[in-house]
Amino acid sequence: MFTSQSSAAARIAKRRLLRSSTARRVARRAVSTQVEPPPAGGHLPGIATSKFLRTTRDAALRTPGITWRDDEHGAPVREIIGGRETRKMNVYQAVRDAMSIALMKDDTAVVFGEDVAFGGVFRCTMGLAEEFGRERVFNTPLSEQGIAGFGIGLAAMGQTAIAEIQFADYIFPAFDQLVNEAAKYRYRSGGQFNVGGLTVRTPTMSVGHGGLYHSQSPEGFFMGAAGLKIVIPRSPIQAKGLLLSSIRDPNPVIFMEPKILYRSAGTYGFMASSEAFPLTCIGNVVEQVPIDDFELPIGRAETLTTGTDLTLLTWGTPVYHCETALSMLANPPPSLAKHVPASLRSAKVELIDLRTILPWDVETVLESVKKTGRLVVVHEACRTAGVGAEIAAEVQKKAFLKLNAPVRRVTAWDVPTGLQYEKFVIPDAIRILDSIVETLAY
Amino acid sequence: MLVHFHESRVLPCRVALLGVTVWSVSKARLLPSRHRPGACARDATWQRADALAALQEAVAVGLEHSITPEDLVITAYRCHPFAVMRGGTVTGVLSELLGRQDGMSHGKGGSMHIFTPNFFGGNGIVGAQVPVGAGLAFALKYKGKAASAFALYGDGASNQGQVFESFNMAKLWDLPIVFVCENNKYGMGTSAERSSANTEYFTRGDKIPGIQANGMDIVATSQAVKYAREWTIAGKGPLLLEFVTYRYGGHSMSDPGTTYRTREEVQRMRSTQDPIRGLQRNLEEWGVATEAELKAIDKEAKATVDKSVEEAKASAFPKEVDLWTDIYYKGTAPPFMRGREREEVHHY
Repeated sequence: MFTSQSSAAARIAKRRLLRSSTARRVARRAVSTQVEPPPAGGHLPGIATSKFLRTTRDAALRTPGITWRDDEHGAPVREIIGGRETRKMNVYQAVRDAMSIALMKDDTAVVFGEDVAFGGVFRCTMGLAEEFGRERVFNTPLSEQGIAGFGIGLAAMGQTAIAEIQFADYIFPAFDQLVNEAAKYRYRSGGQFNVGGLTVRTPTMSVGHGGLYHSQSPEGFFMGAAGLKIVIPRSPIQAKGLLLSSIRDPNPVIFMEPKILYRSAGTYGFMASSEAFPLTCIGNVVEQVPIDDFELPIGRAETLTTGTDLTLLTWGTPVYHCETALSMLANPPPSLAKHVPASLRSAKVELIDLRTILPWDVETVLESVKKTGRLVVVHEACRTAGVGAEIAAEVQKKAFLKLNAPVRRVTAWDVPTGLQYEKFVIPDAIRILDSIVETLAY
Repeated sequence: MLVHFHESRVLPCRVALLGVTVWSVSKARLLPSRHRPGACARDATWQRADALAALQEAVAVGLEHSITPEDLVITAYRCHPFAVMRGGTVTGVLSELLGRQDGMSHGKGGSMHIFTPNFFGGNGIVGAQVPVGAGLAFALKYKGKAASAFALYGDGASNQGQVFESFNMAKLWDLPIVFVCENNKYGMGTSAERSSANTEYFTRGDKIPGIQANGMDIVATSQAVKYAREWTIAGKGPLLLEFVTYRYGGHSMSDPGTTYRTREEVQRMRSTQDPIRGLQRNLEEWGVATEAELKAIDKEAKATVDKSVEEAKASAFPKEVDLWTDIYYKGTAPPFMRGREREEVHHY
């Protein structure tokens, strides 16, 4: 069905066909809207049953790449999983669990940020101040640049500094400190100093009603700052394992937590709203999380589904939109069926969660694209000079002759995230599906 | 509480120190210096050496004589005397200015980025070192060490928002930090009066008390630092310490430093306020040293610096492979990093 070396003529023919079919689809969409308005929550089925979530003890303990860190330094790492326990956790509980372990095992570790002493706006530090003392878990003034600089100084003294920037949108005042001080401390001192003990946690991505300053995904702005690492988890197990790795990584790490995933249903911190998640329809992001100390690898993507026809690359919240899109590709609901050619429905798509944005796992992505010949990158940040641009450039350079279609980016538009426009700006499963169909049919 | 040390006079017990000091001050001055055109200026590579601390040596030298190796210092880009005083070498600084392997950051830092184990740089961004200093102080307090952090910045940086953020955090948590404002009267091409609504920089800490001292007098600087250190170590929280000094040169090598001030002003400051000349005069007046003895010290300092200049020039340029080292901790770097040209890619 998808030959890797189709002729130029065939490609052009396909493209023409597609253009006309796209036009027809658009026209039909308009008609169908009049006849049958879409459901209030959009066409997207929830992901309460996401198959990427590890909801049993056995599945959790067999998370790929997991490394147990339950013994003192020097003791052999136990590979066995027998006797280990798990507990049902949300993302925010898993984040808290990771920090609790870091504080317990490392006397030099401190947690600080705006409002963290009473739990933080997303409750990720709930109870930590009571457990470990206010000397180690404390509130800072509302001064992001100061927080970052303070954390850098602390880390330069060899301490483990776990800073929270309340929203990723507020990280911009700290941009200079992170890019000029944290990223370059080791290099500019010729290796004499480093701030490897610094981890900056920050909630990122949209929730559907965050508006201009509570919805942004600034990972791309840091992508050119060699010396930093950027990590974005997708689930509770991932959050705990990757956060512990980030805290212990001997480089400064910006750890961005997709805020809509913190708690799946019910109240939503201070942003609780009856209108929460109007379109995004994120279901229960709950997993059985191992209660022991464990790490997951930084700099390594995870292949969630294997395939041979198209590589779908994303990170954070859109992992679930991609899963929804793939399920719609295979079994389109009646309202979408006519837009998904039957010949494409059996396509095997390889879904990859990039997990680390800097340094990103070029090898895994390239290997996949060389196999599939097609790449669609999905991220919530705007398109221009977003992370997808860098990935597309690198893939096109290294796999040019293997590509059967241009690398496609499904991203936010290049506009601010206006409150009422958020659902149009953020890439959803429909736009992902559309891009998959067009890329497969190219 | 405002204490002025303007007219501090020497105590007999400090006289012994001054012999060492005059040598240190001379040595500090002779770092990439316009006084030594024969040695330096002909070499085009010195053009990279900017942001010098000529006429401000009394601050670095006075500071170092009143603190211990346990205390921590962080400053901005006028960092050369501090680097030497805190355990570095003249050759190490000069080599760094020339971007050579023997430089204290192995040629990667350059003029603005020089470090020693208790000197945290050398920072190129105006004011960025101040919150980092607050972090250093917090670590001292956390570890229960009887030591202070000294975060230096200039009159220009004093208007940066993050400096005020640091003041607030330091006072809120009573951190053992001395915020040292080196008021050299000019932030790049703008004088203090034209940049700051309040030029009494020692009063700008809100609830943090401040001291103003003569930054051109080595005795005043060392006494003020001694007082400030005792203050912070006694657990009284942070302190502001303003040194009134003067920037003899332009802001950097690209700034002749004469378009926004008169040559007469510069000459007057040099002839009346030079901390080295002032110290020499005092030592002679008080009978501590003779003119001949002081000249010998000066000569020795010049010889040391001349030797270091030659050593620095002889030092090799950094190895190409070091373009890629020290970005990430060894073994945790990405698989590859791009190089200077298309096909130059470094694989870790």
